[in-house]
Amino acid sequence: MNSPNSFRNMPDERGHFGDYGGRYVAETLMPLVLDLEREYRVAQADPAFQAQFDDLLEHYVGRPSPLYFAERLTEALGGAQVWFKRDELNHTGAHKINNCIGQILLAMRMGKTRIIAETGAGQHGVATATVCARFGLPCVIYMGATDVARQAPNVFRMKLLGAEVVPVTSGAATLKDAMNEGLRDWVANVHDTFYIIGTAAGPHPYPELVRDFQSVIGKEARAQMLSRTGRLPDLLVAAIGGGSNALGLFHPFLDDPDVKMLGVEAAGYGLDGDQHAASLLGGFPGVLHGNKTYLLQDEDGQITEGHSISAGLDYPGIGPEHAWLKDMGRVEYTAVTDDEALDAFQLLCRTEGIIPALEPSHAIAAVTKVAKEMPDDTIILANLCGRGDKDIFTVAEKLGVEM
Amino acid sequence: MTNRLSSAFSKPHPALVCFITAGDGDTAANLDALVAGGADVIELGMPFTDPMADGPAIQEANLRSLGKGTTTADVFAIAAAFRQRHPEVPLVLMGYANPMVRRGPEWFADACARAGVDGVICVDIPPEEDDALGPQLRAAGIAPIRLATPTTDAARLPQVLEGSQGFLYYVSVAGITGKQQAAQASIEDAVARLKAATDLPVAVGFGVRTPEQAEAIARVADGVVVGSALVELVGEYGAEAPAKLRDFTASLAAAVRAAR
Repeated sequence: MNSPNSFRNMPDERGHFGDYGGRYVAETLMPLVLDLEREYRVAQADPAFQAQFDDLLEHYVGRPSPLYFAERLTEALGGAQVWFKRDELNHTGAHKINNCIGQILLAMRMGKTRIIAETGAGQHGVATATVCARFGLPCVIYMGATDVARQAPNVFRMKLLGAEVVPVTSGAATLKDAMNEGLRDWVANVHDTFYIIGTAAGPHPYPELVRDFQSVIGKEARAQMLSRTGRLPDLLVAAIGGGSNALGLFHPFLDDPDVKMLGVEAAGYGLDGDQHAASLLGGFPGVLHGNKTYLLQDEDGQITEGHSISAGLDYPGIGPEHAWLKDMGRVEYTAVTDDEALDAFQLLCRTEGIIPALEPSHAIAAVTKVAKEMPDDTIILANLCGRGDKDIFTVAEKLGVEM
Repeated sequence: MTNRLSSAFSKPHPALVCFITAGDGDTAANLDALVAGGADVIELGMPFTDPMADGPAIQEANLRSLGKGTTTADVFAIAAAFRQRHPEVPLVLMGYANPMVRRGPEWFADACARAGVDGVICVDIPPEEDDALGPQLRAAGIAPIRLATPTTDAARLPQVLEGSQGFLYYVSVAGITGKQQAAQASIEDAVARLKAATDLPVAVGFGVRTPEQAEAIARVADGVVVGSALVELVGEYGAEAPAKLRDFTASLAAAVRAAR
């Protein structure tokens, strides 16, 4: 495959990333999706929009997030220097809020008066409920009934913030079913409702605009790294569920040819069985939730259920830009198991005094494998995309600790 | 072949289009009951794990069917057997993109042609993504049947009609299948608008549950689509469903025939 002149000018005008992406939605939603694209183009050209976004990120979210050299982890691993982009220090404790700020500003520009969203682990639900409270808009969060049961603290947070949390019992009652139910709500309420999608997936222009809002991560990190070390990192590492934190970090570096990138999928109990959530490494291209991308599916195109210890990675699809970057060979993808992530979680707690979420624990696990193979004058930059408070119950259970 | 569809819409009365999900219950017996009751067009649902445009009744039918292990091969076997038993009754597959494109659009179009399928309604392939399946269907002589909705405005309608064949399916409510019903006046306005823009027959569906509604719609439209109400009978009556389906379809067929 020929390399393009730039990896940073996708998607094309039809919302395609090569073969992937697009607008595979019901006709009822098409006019709305087209409206959203038009409004986004106007907002992109409006300095006032960018100024409001930047202001909220600085004073409400707490950006820029620090760039941190993990000295004791580096020593423990022996090899490349490990640096973290500290997006777990954002308001609400994860990168999700960056995107929610951008989308709610768009929603208000479009005159929408009601917000809906889907959530798996609850981080995107909490971030959406947060911005809805901040701007005084009613908010309905769809969440699989299975996830409602296992993520009780986040359900309560959303309710405290004034959101209505609707448990979804259809299908397998997890994230993909919550997304189905979100789409069903949207199609019935197109006149007044804005759907804040939580990852860089869904119909065009969502993958593009979510990536753009999350790219603040990589823009800051690139400038911070240059200012601190006078050079760019050798390797970027980020965990991938739908892929928004990874794209947010990677995208501003895509045209820096010496910067390698590694996306880390959830291998669950292992890629050899079907109990994983690695859509790129263990799936096939198909169409779901408005876009063409790699999916966990059977030979008839029925969607299969992913598994990961991390509820935030437990989705049978992946953002379409990742599908394209994989095929182009610009980003390398790997996967780590539940157990490896759990070990990395504990390692970071003890070496750096940081309790990471289980999602970036996958990235950290990948870092532990590659760092020792790299010379000590090289730099790995990993995205610490969420804090682990929400996961302590899951981790305690896995470690056999009663709380 | 689309000839069967044009014949169905050339009858002296508006066409009754009846939907059930393949692999839910004794599908062959249920399809025969729809024909016996007077269905003019059969719409056969391909089950999918994630039917995001469907309400609870058809969602449950999808899960019942998949729970029994229904495969794509089974769906085509049901279609081919139907074609053997009913050479003249048009058969349309309705479903979602992923099971249709899984083995490639050429494979799917060819399988439709071999099974005697006349048309395909794919919920999540809008005209913007027609390349994903439309050219292959048209090349194989299978009608890509598009949906128009209350949100399809005049500026967009020509794009929806471009490449549409068989009939135009007007989704009368902005919403999912089987839930709320549209006001009759809004349906009349919409059908008049659509018919002014196309020579294709216009069939109206979503939320049509009673002979009275079917009759009212049949006064203005070329066809009436009934789905969830039939699927609910399949779910409720199981092996006894064929008799119930035949009787209910007969009441709908009588209503449609009485309309004009």
